[in-house]
Amino acid sequence: MTDTQLPLWEVFIQSKTGLPYKHVGSLHAADAEMALENARDVYTRRSEGSSIWVVPSECITASNPEDAEEFFEPSNAKIYRHPTFYVMPEGAKNI
Amino acid sequence: MEELDKLQQFQQKIDAEKKIEPKDWMPEDYRKHLIRQISQHAHSEVIGMQPEGNWITRAPSLRSKIILLAKIQDEAGHGLYLYSAAETLGISREEMINQLHTGKAKYSSIFNYPSLTWADIGAIGWLVDGAAIVNQVSLQRTSYGPYSRAMIKICMEESFHQRQGYEIMAKMAQGTPEQKEMAQDALNRWWWPSLMMFGPHDNESAHTGNAMKWKIKRETNDELRQKFIDKTVQQAEVIGLTIPDPDLKWNEERGHYDFGEIDWEEFWRVVNGNGPCNKKRLNHHKKVHEEGRWVREAAAAYAKKQKNKQIAA
Ligand SMILES: [Fe+2]
Ligand SMILES: [Fe+2]
Repeated sequence: MTDTQLPLWEVFIQSKTGLPYKHVGSLHAADAEMALENARDVYTRRSEGSSIWVVPSECITASNPEDAEEFFEPSNAKIYRHPTFYVMPEGAKNI
Repeated sequence: MEELDKLQQFQQKIDAEKKIEPKDWMPEDYRKHLIRQISQHAHSEVIGMQPEGNWITRAPSLRSKIILLAKIQDEAGHGLYLYSAAETLGISREEMINQLHTGKAKYSSIFNYPSLTWADIGAIGWLVDGAAIVNQVSLQRTSYGPYSRAMIKICMEESFHQRQGYEIMAKMAQGTPEQKEMAQDALNRWWWPSLMMFGPHDNESAHTGNAMKWKIKRETNDELRQKFIDKTVQQAEVIGLTIPDPDLKWNEERGHYDFGEIDWEEFWRVVNGNGPCNKKRLNHHKKVHEEGRWVREAAAAYAKKQKNKQIAA
């Protein structure tokens, strides 16, 4: 039997409530509970976190960097989504 | 032609200080170099726990014992961050451990020296972690994203490692004449191997060329070694210890310390497996890895059972 070193999990940590979760790295664990405990032990030894997410790495679907240009094209083309696109009348305030 | 374009684009990205991420195109040699360097770095963190672990049960106070435990636990974490970074390049953890066990992958030779007295724990923290920090601070700017992020996290954790070692040395140097002698003896034994940690001179280092061009390494072996020496000399003076190098002298013109030649024969002897503890370190790792196999198997079996239960319910 091959020694699989257990499945891979990605770890996300919220440093304080109210802030977004941030990817911090990965680890190996047999199940979700073990992944959470391992994540706590290795990624939050200095109070870096108030909450942790663990996700099996195989469940993550990522965009392909080689297609990035086309893939993000719809956003690049729509400059009118930015406030700087608009011309404001001289003297208008608080807008 | 397409391959050539890709290579050009890759180099442009590197030159523009953009990070390379796991799914980005990269030259095969870049990937290989990173796997070799990062896995070697990970193995060093893990093997490095052995000389320090040797003193946990004999630490002279409860304070020093909990500090040493916390430090060694950090090193295990560093190993994990680095294995994770290497895994993003497509090598499995199992394969890396295999390469360590068969000798295909190396770890830092410094850990093939024994930790003979408590002062060695001081010298390891002060000098070995100190040298590692100089290297790791530089690697925070490495071009591969996951490696760089691991280095940033590691550097944040390292800062207490060197201080706890230096504190031990300072205390012993101010203690009884015997304690001071132990501290000096530890410095004598660890100084030169610490300088060797930075690797061969630049003109003799097989891996420097592309590593600099691809910004895997940001400073050369000799530059990093000089930085470490320049920082450490004053620290030794403050605690009244003498660095065991009669050629060590401030060079006003260079703005650096001059220092004596490293014993490269010893360096290669230890790299090639004939240091004082090479066999011991590797055998211990193999033994513990084997002894832990049933735990991994049991955990996997338990997870499978739980999953089946969930499906049934
Ligand atoms: Fe470390
Ligand atoms: Fe350390």
